[in-house]
Amino acid sequence: MTALAALIRRDIKIALRVGGGALIGVLFFLTVTVLMPFAIGPDMALLTRLGPAILWLGALLASLLTLDRLFTADHEDGSLDLIVMGRTPLELACAAKALAHWLAAGVPLIVATPVLGLLLNLDGTATSAVALTLLVGTPALTFTGMIGASLAVTLHRGGLLLAVLVLPLSIPVLIFGVAASQAAISGPLSFGTPFSILCALSLVSLVVGPFAAAASLRHGLD
Amino acid sequence: MTLIDLANPTKFLSLTARVLPWLAGATAILLLVGFYQAAMAPDDYQQGATVKIMFVHVPNAWLAMFVWGVMSLAALGTLVWRHPLADVAAKAAAPIGAAFTFLALVTGSLWGRPMWGTYWEWDARLTSVLILFLMYLGLMALWRAVDDPSRAARAAAVLTLVGAINLPIIKFSVDWWNTLHQPAAVLRMGGPSLDKAFLIPLLVMAVGFSLLFVTLHLAAMRNEILRRRVRSLQMMQASQQAA
Amino acid sequence: MRLSGRQIDCIRGGRGVFSGLDFEASSGEVLAVVGPNGSGKTSLLRLIAGLLVPAGGSVVLEGGEAELTLPEQSHYLGHRDALKPALSVHENLSFWRDFLGGKVGDVSQCLTAVGLGHATHLPAAYLSAGQRRRLSVARLLVVRRPVWLLDEPTSALDTAGQDLFVGIMRDHLAGGGIIIAATHAPLGIGARELRMGGGK
Repeated sequence: MTALAALIRRDIKIALRVGGGALIGVLFFLTVTVLMPFAIGPDMALLTRLGPAILWLGALLASLLTLDRLFTADHEDGSLDLIVMGRTPLELACAAKALAHWLAAGVPLIVATPVLGLLLNLDGTATSAVALTLLVGTPALTFTGMIGASLAVTLHRGGLLLAVLVLPLSIPVLIFGVAASQAAISGPLSFGTPFSILCALSLVSLVVGPFAAAASLRHGLD
Repeated sequence: MTLIDLANPTKFLSLTARVLPWLAGATAILLLVGFYQAAMAPDDYQQGATVKIMFVHVPNAWLAMFVWGVMSLAALGTLVWRHPLADVAAKAAAPIGAAFTFLALVTGSLWGRPMWGTYWEWDARLTSVLILFLMYLGLMALWRAVDDPSRAARAAAVLTLVGAINLPIIKFSVDWWNTLHQPAAVLRMGGPSLDKAFLIPLLVMAVGFSLLFVTLHLAAMRNEILRRRVRSLQMMQASQQAA
Repeated sequence: MRLSGRQIDCIRGGRGVFSGLDFEASSGEVLAVVGPNGSGKTSLLRLIAGLLVPAGGSVVLEGGEAELTLPEQSHYLGHRDALKPALSVHENLSFWRDFLGGKVGDVSQCLTAVGLGHATHLPAAYLSAGQRRRLSVARLLVVRRPVWLLDEPTSALDTAGQDLFVGIMRDHLAGGGIIIAATHAPLGIGARELRMGGGK
């Protein structure tokens, strides 16, 4: 356990210090959300209706873009070799890295949601519904995106190709995340159904993600 | 040692060289019979002659999913048994699967035009197939992005298996999303209540298209093996000149 | 303890790097892997470290801890130093101590032993190439592993650093360790040579 705790602590420290990616993710989220009204128009009623979708898309893109470097940074400086050789199972190490990434880059997105909700004319219920769905949904995004991040090690590059590979996999999370938020705001569905499915998706990705990432890393080193 | 590596593929090459003409012939005959029967099939009392699109659309849609299954098996072969032919099989299948998926989309869209009055409807099935198509394209991009074929094979294998787990989830999500946004039932095909006059040509076409896949896949695998041989010969040449 | 490889084939990117390679090293022994560029020295070390899969043959460690794999009992000191510039010298080393685990030593003592005692709280970004190498060497000391796989260990080290490193290697060998080192320069320590390439 000390090994995993040490890994999580290290990754969070790096993310929060100068040059780390955590706050850039929030900044990106903010910028995307601010851009939307310029594309749609300052129609407050329309923004209210589209608000949850805009916030979810912004969070999806922000978490994907910051994931890009999850493994490549460690690969470039040789840390990944030592992590693969270590006595901690690689699956657990991957899960720990993803958890650290979520804590450093995912949680700030959720914290920023209420502020952005104001800009999109969402009321208290709507904002808290979106924040709650992001809270249970963003782990799924992180743990699915981690698979793409591990492929980036083999590819020697990430960026666009990574987004092309990972975005289709995150469609279910997007569907149920937005659906649950909408359900809480306007109905007609109950909030519980899509929300439970969203939780289930997160749990599935918590299992699948580390295994797929570890398999890809083990085979992808050279 | 590269020659030892290719020992197994060599057997594969000589075997497929003998089998392929027969397969190609059988495919041609079955598809001809299938097209003839499809042309002769009666018009649907509701849909008219457009129902005949089904005879091409359904086998293609079926193969679109089947090919991903084949690739998943090959991916297991790559990751678990590290079999060199598995890499080749997975790589050769991806463009063919993408082509079937594309045909399923195009025929589905052509069928949708008279039925829904529009070429594209965010119908659950069409949407799922569209996502499947995107994933095929992503997989092909991944294959092209890595120079070393065995490294590309392992990355693609991971993505293929993750896709195999995710595709049913995506299908389920899209179905759910679709019923949420379109409570009115979209026109659906008859399913098992299909009349014999339609069913038999459909089955013939399905078998014909499956054989077409097998033929194309084997041919593509041969090409890929030969392409790798050329590559390793060129590499040997390069290292000889260096020495 | 004895580390041995039998009939190892290595293929990278479809190109054969070496084939039919045999080697062995026992406790207290240094195996110096020498040969021209591209002869597969680094590949051999990465293969022993479990970071590359051999196309044929196998590497076995006899007399180690039975429930651990060879990579789990090895230190790998590669070209890349596995340091995070954003973390301090002390943080870098204590992370690897906690992550690698097993029998561990004291971080500050190890930093003093490699001559970085004065810089423990500076960010690793401020270190020179030689100091970064010293910090990597400290990793070998802070966590005990019987097998050391060293890739050009003395590059970037000054004369004093090289002498220091020879002392560190001597201590490791005296404790029954095994060292496999890929090198161009003499290690400054008695070693068996494994000559790669050229012969083919």
